[in-house]
Amino acid sequence: MNRPRLVFILMLLVVVAIVAGIFSYEPFWKKISAFRPWSLGLDLAGGSFLTYDVDLSQVSALDRDSVVKGLRDVIEKRVNLFGVSEPRVYEERAGEKTRLVVELAGIKDVSQAIREIGATPFLDFREVPENATNTEQFIKTSLNGRYVKGAQISFDSVTRKPQVNIEFNDEGAKIFENLTAKNVDKPLAIFLDEDLIEMPTVREKIGGGKAQITGAFTLDSAKQLVERFNAGALPAPITLVNQQTISADFGKDSLAKAILAGAIGTLVIIIFMMIYYRVFGIFASVALLMYIALALAVFKIFPITMTLAGIAGFILSIGMAVDANILVFERTKEEKRKGFYLGTAIEEGFKRAWPSIRDSNISTLITSAVLYYLTSGFVRGFALTLFIGVVISMFSAITISRTLLRVFMKGKEVVAK
Amino acid sequence: MDLIKNKNYFLGFSVALVLTSWLLIAFLGLKPGIDLKGGTVWQISFQKADVSEESIRSALREEESNLDVLVKKSSEGSFIIRLGDIGEEAHQKYSKALSDKFGDLEEKNFSSIGPTVGSELRRKATWAILAVILGISLYIAWAFRKVSEPIKSWKYGIATLISLLHDVSIPTGMLALLGYWKGIEIDTNFIVALLVVMGFSVHDTIVVFDRIRENLLINRGRKITLGEIINYSINETLVRSINTSLTLMLVLVALLVFGPPTLFYFVLTILVGTIFGTYSSIFVASPLLYLWQKKS
Repeated sequence: MNRPRLVFILMLLVVVAIVAGIFSYEPFWKKISAFRPWSLGLDLAGGSFLTYDVDLSQVSALDRDSVVKGLRDVIEKRVNLFGVSEPRVYEERAGEKTRLVVELAGIKDVSQAIREIGATPFLDFREVPENATNTEQFIKTSLNGRYVKGAQISFDSVTRKPQVNIEFNDEGAKIFENLTAKNVDKPLAIFLDEDLIEMPTVREKIGGGKAQITGAFTLDSAKQLVERFNAGALPAPITLVNQQTISADFGKDSLAKAILAGAIGTLVIIIFMMIYYRVFGIFASVALLMYIALALAVFKIFPITMTLAGIAGFILSIGMAVDANILVFERTKEEKRKGFYLGTAIEEGFKRAWPSIRDSNISTLITSAVLYYLTSGFVRGFALTLFIGVVISMFSAITISRTLLRVFMKGKEVVAK
Repeated sequence: MDLIKNKNYFLGFSVALVLTSWLLIAFLGLKPGIDLKGGTVWQISFQKADVSEESIRSALREEESNLDVLVKKSSEGSFIIRLGDIGEEAHQKYSKALSDKFGDLEEKNFSSIGPTVGSELRRKATWAILAVILGISLYIAWAFRKVSEPIKSWKYGIATLISLLHDVSIPTGMLALLGYWKGIEIDTNFIVALLVVMGFSVHDTIVVFDRIRENLLINRGRKITLGEIINYSINETLVRSINTSLTLMLVLVALLVFGPPTLFYFVLTILVGTIFGTYSSIFVASPLLYLWQKKS
């Protein structure tokens, strides 16, 4: 490659890295950096993780996915009600079990949120066998809150007592019709959150998918129930099995410390490289700084949610990014000892060091890929940033530092000759 | 540096360390963290500075007389409380009891993990470890796929795996000691750290072995002993082995000193693993290869 072309490539790389740096470092130039803000994990931004076990024992295997999706939607709606910015609700499978993780960023009162989510009513209908002596013996049916389309409040024309009218969707209406047809002149129990609230006797088959719960409601409790039904009834019961809350200050403090440690680590590496490899060290340091800018911009643009573990993974990748340079420089020294000119030795160094660079990164890539696929949460963030960091560093340590060396060292060689 | 001549010292040092680690693990045991066995960690701080560990403990025991609780002061007015797997109701109750007694409290971190979640995580972690070992073994098989004389390919592989075991045993032994001494627990982070150490350890060893193989090929037919070739190869790769690990250690030390305290033991595990990983790739793996080859 001729020199003007190399210089052009170098300029291009430098410009890209500078733009990437400005984009990553928010306070620098808001116009560029603000178009996509950093996505910070809850351990840095502060907030709560709630993990719920979903009881799918009453749901047929075919319906599982739709039930879980429905559950997610309902919880999302509920969480939105109390104004959390961008709540995330996602599913996590652990063998046979299905879990829902709710992430609430920047929430003040978690216990209220827990109450609200848990308070979502779970309604179900149960058949009452003859000579049943207690509610344990009632038989659960497939009809439950997930078939509820909407609910209204109304008042009994005689007693003026509030009652709740619920309307089933088409599927629910069919089940309700069959259920009532099967149980004419028998009682049918209505349970709310596992409590029996009413056991009316079915007079005749009911079509059209409407049911009325009379129960002993006060005006307030009826209203609340209707509201909750309309926000969505839970299609399956859930229990809270895991919760974690991190205060915003604690998160901010962790973030600041991690960034400080990363900066100091980078600085120490630069000092080391400059002392040990002199001029080469300067090029390696420039390549390292460009690597940091590029990798951060990639994390930000995707965006990859940065967690504390994720930042740790990235900082480790900074420590490994100069490895490739060290391999190249050591190889270059060896080639020079064999009597090659500096320029040729550099080219040979890059060529011969490449298999080692590739091999030495593969084992780390294997580890991070395994971690990414087999784990969840915090660990995943670590694996992802480590993986992406290593891949980008392979590019930067080779392409960027080679271009730098070609542009600046080639000229010197001519003089030296 | 004559590695082969002094191999017994280097190997002896490693054997002693690994055996000590195993003894520590066997006798002191490893303490599972709450994410692996279930339980609660609650980090709070009070505005009042004169709250003591004992007063918190007794305040909590007033609520629940035989409560299994550990209170540890982390800094002035800040405490880490460890409890069993408590529900949200109990959390509210304790929170109220403490703020009634000692004034406003700030909750920095509350995590409560049910026992089933813990056992699942344990299963997942086991799978992850097995998958990494499998992946690394396949990688070693691939890296040494070309049949080489006079040393058979699989011998490189086994020697690499033995040094891997060495690199993982020592930080685990250290954690057993820290668990006994300071109550440090083994959590998911620790397992992740071990897996990362495995990745690093293997690559260092492979770089050295690669060079040994290369020099064996170049010097085929010449009158030169295996010991000389190994010595020569080690010395050739010594600077880069040390320097690549050193740069990693520099950032790890920066993280240890300036980084967030929650990452301390995670980083420490990787650091110790990296130090012994570098040691083993130079002073353990190659002497092992030499001894083995001499025997047969």
